[in-house]
Amino acid sequence: MSGKLAAVLGTGQTKHVSARKDVSIAGLVREAADRALADAQLEWKDIDAVVVGKAPDMFEGVMMPELYLAEALGALGKPMFRVHTAGSVGGSTAVVASHLVQGGIHERVLTVAFEKQSESNAMWALSIRIPFSQPLVAGAGGYFAPIVRGYIRKSGAPLDTGYKVVLKDRLNALKNPFAHVHDHEITYEKIAESPLLWDPIRYAETCPSSDGAAAMVIGSEAAAAKQDRPVAWIHGTSVKSEPTMGAGRDRVNPHAGRMCAQEVYKEAGITDPFRQIDCAEIYVPFSWFEPMWMENLGFAEEGTGWKMVQDGTTSLTGEMPINMSGGVLSTNPIGASGMIRFLEAANQVRGMAGEHQVPDAKVAMGHAYGGGSQFFAMWVVGSEKPTS
Amino acid sequence: MSEPVTGITTPIRMEYRYTPGRTTSDFLKAMKGGRMEGRRCPSCRKVYFPARGGCSMCGREFAETVPIKETGTLATFAVVNVNFANRVIDLPYVTAEVVFDGADTTTMVLLRGVSPEEVRMGMRVKAHWIPKEEWDYSLANIDYVEPIDEPDAEYDSYKDLV
Ligand SMILES: [Zn+2]
Repeated sequence: MSGKLAAVLGTGQTKHVSARKDVSIAGLVREAADRALADAQLEWKDIDAVVVGKAPDMFEGVMMPELYLAEALGALGKPMFRVHTAGSVGGSTAVVASHLVQGGIHERVLTVAFEKQSESNAMWALSIRIPFSQPLVAGAGGYFAPIVRGYIRKSGAPLDTGYKVVLKDRLNALKNPFAHVHDHEITYEKIAESPLLWDPIRYAETCPSSDGAAAMVIGSEAAAAKQDRPVAWIHGTSVKSEPTMGAGRDRVNPHAGRMCAQEVYKEAGITDPFRQIDCAEIYVPFSWFEPMWMENLGFAEEGTGWKMVQDGTTSLTGEMPINMSGGVLSTNPIGASGMIRFLEAANQVRGMAGEHQVPDAKVAMGHAYGGGSQFFAMWVVGSEKPTS
Repeated sequence: MSEPVTGITTPIRMEYRYTPGRTTSDFLKAMKGGRMEGRRCPSCRKVYFPARGGCSMCGREFAETVPIKETGTLATFAVVNVNFANRVIDLPYVTAEVVFDGADTTTMVLLRGVSPEEVRMGMRVKAHWIPKEEWDYSLANIDYVEPIDEPDAEYDSYKDLV
């Protein structure tokens, strides 16, 4: 832990759906922020500053939306900060907010992330024509499918590993009232028979397109002392990035992700992540990224992450539960998706995760990645104050 | 009374004037002349294709231009079956990440001339250019790659590029 102590005092999120036609973007973020304040039992006047994150502005076609959202987020006359790190932004936004408290600048910071995918077309925004290349890339799936094929070849993982990840996450989502996809009829067979969109990725192995927002109030040690409800202490944070295109770059197991994990573990005093972390919410927009990130995060040896999927280690009742909330595979308001991971990790150690609570979770990890697997953000939170 | 209007779709359009830098200008001029050019890093000695100004791994500026061959190895690929806005290629199509001979990076290109079920990692391929009179300052002068009659490359020769 570096700097002063900081803790998550309250969290809030919207019920994620494919189209929230009843609210504007401002109404959407306000809903999540109101819930975070209510959970923290605080009022708008208690907030010193606001940190906002979302994925690229082209996803809704509203440039610099933070300017227009200042009023909805109670930021008039208060410092407001916008974070941009593609799909990892929800995570790095929370990290920036926590640093404002750890650095002793503010007592209580509200952090909010969102996406309202129904207002535009993210796949179009990700498939733009660049003047000197071929018009080939078909959204994020088109970019990541060859990398997934690379992982399957390198690890020798059975082809149904991805199906098992989806089945687990979608069943977990049934325990989370805020998750977007609630598919009570899901079966292994239905996943295995769903169409191949970007071979080797099947339709059922991809994340939905969601409207949603997430918010947290992060406060100082003194602010945390005044809380009646449990808080989540921030034990470590890290943000790292690497170039998208580089000769010799490992896209399956990116260097920046490994460095980010090393840094966050060092700060949190973790030497054996598999043993010391009770559960994790990690950014898995396509099923195969679960085993890939298990390796990148050091939960599994390189080439063996798929075994933890196959043997149930990552299930809600397994030794290392992953994506208890249903994960990005069940809910994907892109800009908010990283923050939901961080928020769910916080709720786990607060003992407030509801039906998808891991019993006695004391230490949890939140993880997000973005761009061409080049932006990473992570935090480790605990039920107790950090000792290191 | 009819239903109230609560939302409208307003398509917008933006046009860009693209000004390439020095290296990309040289690269695009070479493409217009039908030549594939890469640049070598003075530090790690790796060759980038398409040519770039510097090595994103070492941070060094490139000086040496290296000719790249039209033949290469398919390191990895995806079969695209999904429709999307702005799509210009008929489905299904295969996006191939090809290591052209002489390069140490992959380039995403369209693969034709083989059915999607028969595509495999390590296949040897060759660039097929659009007609010469249509060549422009563009990588899209390479219309697609197609398989050639050569044995597949050994996995070890391209595994670091997968
Ligand atoms: Zn280099």
